[in-house]
Amino acid sequence: MTTPTQQAGLTSTTTLLRFATAGSVDDGKSTLVGRLLHDSKSVLTDQLEAVEHASRSRGQEAPDLALLTDGLRAEREQGITIDVAYRYFATPARRFILADTPGHVQYTRNMVTGASTAELAVVLVDARNGVVEQTRRHAAVAALLRVPHVVLAVNKMDLVEYAEPVFAAIAKEFTAYAASLGVPEITAIPISALAGDNVVEPSANMDWYGGPTVLEHLETVPVSHDLTACHARFPVQYVIRPQTAEHPDYRGYAGQIAAGAFRVGESVTVLPSGRTSTIAGIDALGVSVKEAWAPQSVTIRLADDIDVSRGDLLAPTDDAPAVTQDVEATVCHVADQPLSVGQRVLLKHTTRTVKAIVKDIPSRLTLDDLSQHPAPGQLVANDIGRVVVRTAEPLALDAYADSRRTGSFLLIDPADGTTLSAGMAGASFAEVAGAVRDEAPAADDAEWDF
Amino acid sequence: MTTVATVPEGTVHPYALSHLDSLESEAVHIFREVAGEFERPVILFSGGKDSILMLHLALKAFAPAPVPFTLLHVDTGHNFPEVLEYRDRTVEKHGLRLHVASVQEYIDAGKLRERPDGTRNPLQTVPLTEAIQQLRFDAVFGGGRRDEEKARAKERVFSLRDEFSQWDPRRQRPELWQLYNGRHAPGEHVRVFPISNWTELDVWQYIEREGIELPEIYFAHEREVFNRAGMWLTAGEWGGPKDHESVETRLVRYRTVGDMSCTGAVDSDATTLEAVITEIAASRLTERGATRADDKMSEAAMEDRKREGYF
Repeated sequence: MTTPTQQAGLTSTTTLLRFATAGSVDDGKSTLVGRLLHDSKSVLTDQLEAVEHASRSRGQEAPDLALLTDGLRAEREQGITIDVAYRYFATPARRFILADTPGHVQYTRNMVTGASTAELAVVLVDARNGVVEQTRRHAAVAALLRVPHVVLAVNKMDLVEYAEPVFAAIAKEFTAYAASLGVPEITAIPISALAGDNVVEPSANMDWYGGPTVLEHLETVPVSHDLTACHARFPVQYVIRPQTAEHPDYRGYAGQIAAGAFRVGESVTVLPSGRTSTIAGIDALGVSVKEAWAPQSVTIRLADDIDVSRGDLLAPTDDAPAVTQDVEATVCHVADQPLSVGQRVLLKHTTRTVKAIVKDIPSRLTLDDLSQHPAPGQLVANDIGRVVVRTAEPLALDAYADSRRTGSFLLIDPADGTTLSAGMAGASFAEVAGAVRDEAPAADDAEWDF
Repeated sequence: MTTVATVPEGTVHPYALSHLDSLESEAVHIFREVAGEFERPVILFSGGKDSILMLHLALKAFAPAPVPFTLLHVDTGHNFPEVLEYRDRTVEKHGLRLHVASVQEYIDAGKLRERPDGTRNPLQTVPLTEAIQQLRFDAVFGGGRRDEEKARAKERVFSLRDEFSQWDPRRQRPELWQLYNGRHAPGEHVRVFPISNWTELDVWQYIEREGIELPEIYFAHEREVFNRAGMWLTAGEWGGPKDHESVETRLVRYRTVGDMSCTGAVDSDATTLEAVITEIAASRLTERGATRADDKMSEAAMEDRKREGYF
């Protein structure tokens, strides 16, 4: 059988994985990241020399690998990472984009940012401390952002004599907690980032562990899935009308497929107008194709000459989302200025930006224990909360659980353009059948599934 | 036991994209967002490989319509002639419109002063900023990549600049999902970096895959060079060699293309794209570390230039 990949004439088998790391310096995150980069040859001689030089001039004996990613003067001066750092490395199997999220300042904002585009999150814990408050916060962010794969790296196994029961207890507790929040896949790996156990090479000290190393897992975790099971969504970015002698009648709708797959001949509905047409052709950056899928950038041509412009959404006629002007969502507030009930904002959803008003902030959520605080009145930087927003125009909005790309939005300050909040439509966490919930120690009294 | 798997292992996933297709799709999306939301976008085009890649992606993003952007080149007056020739040929081939901001004109008019070391890279900031203001560009595409330099690694894809083109790294908007916030006040503009997530190797692999033509100085050739501060610089009227420096002929190529006064050549016998890719994959030096004098000035050289409005 010919796969769509072969059909498009693609021969390269290298895929791209975007992942995020979460944890503090104390958990050995810098050491883990440094080892991944170093052992995959992505730290080069001149970078290492620069780091060694800078470390010496600060009076440090060993090279401080954090200096590789602390790209800003203020970060180096204060010795802390302020902002998400993106790192790039590759193995023959895969190209990686690592969003390294700092654990100190603006913690929630940074991890939410890093996790928003991640397909996998690595959560680090210190084997001596086990699952702590911060670990639960990491799991909650991964669950909230619907990161499909979570890796629990139980670090510093060398300091607990590589003891299986220590690992097994932490893995069990974390897995139960994360699963109760709806994280679909959790892989626990016992490591020592400092000694190199199970990071790139399998450990000789933990015969009892038969699973993959961190890098092996990163190289093999699926980055694509059966898109035919997804709701197909195509936000129109731009209308391409050359009006040239060569192409007098060409009219194509340019965009990046946000979810699922589209086929020539398929009946589609344009939202919010509700008009329908049939896909006459799909141009995939110069090649005419029969089928295209997320996240390809393509140009779709329709059989009928109907009104379609930037901000519209194409969806299969038999699977189109409802349009609404009332948005209920969970937001992470990312700005220094607060978000208040009654505030007028702009809401940016896919390629559509509309005026909106914050009707209500029913509750604020504490990520450490998932406790809810009703009617906070406003949200400040790094708060997670529920909001009810009324928009001036209808939106074709999915639940974030069903589609990360078409269920997410930004709230923007119309006065100065500041990005205020990152929103996820629908319920905060996945509905999970009761059983595991009781094992989650901090969730006992919390109404976490609001 | 410790794995809760909902995705069956060993399942064939036909809907995969290669890393180059993923990066291409992302860059095209960024170009189209800017076309949809801005009035007067411009592509910074130097004739270097990263700007050539940008133009190629822009051409693909809007085909069969023409690219809805003009080009802007900040000419230091010390550019490689091969690159200027390539620039003009490319502009003509695609029927584009090119604006040139000239560092030499600023020096001649007394508005900028030549530096003692003859390096003109930092001098580009003023002509660039004034061209953006005068021509009222609201979105300016740059070919910067996050893997190039650690300050660049912290910059957003949509990077807001004030009326003086200044970058404030502490006041950047968080960038979530693929939702780029390009709101700006009159007089401000947004620098846009569509190839932020590409590495040097990705750029070369994509150039090979797409069969993109490059200026010949990217491939090994004999050249008269002299050594200054560990870099092989091209001898020429711009200011080299000086008394104690001696010229020799070496087989070299350029890994980056910038101002002749601070862009070093590397010893290389790579005459084909395939050979270049093999060479880069085996290199133990970053492209800026190997070839750029301006980044060796201090640990924060790039951050400081960017704060002032540099590319």
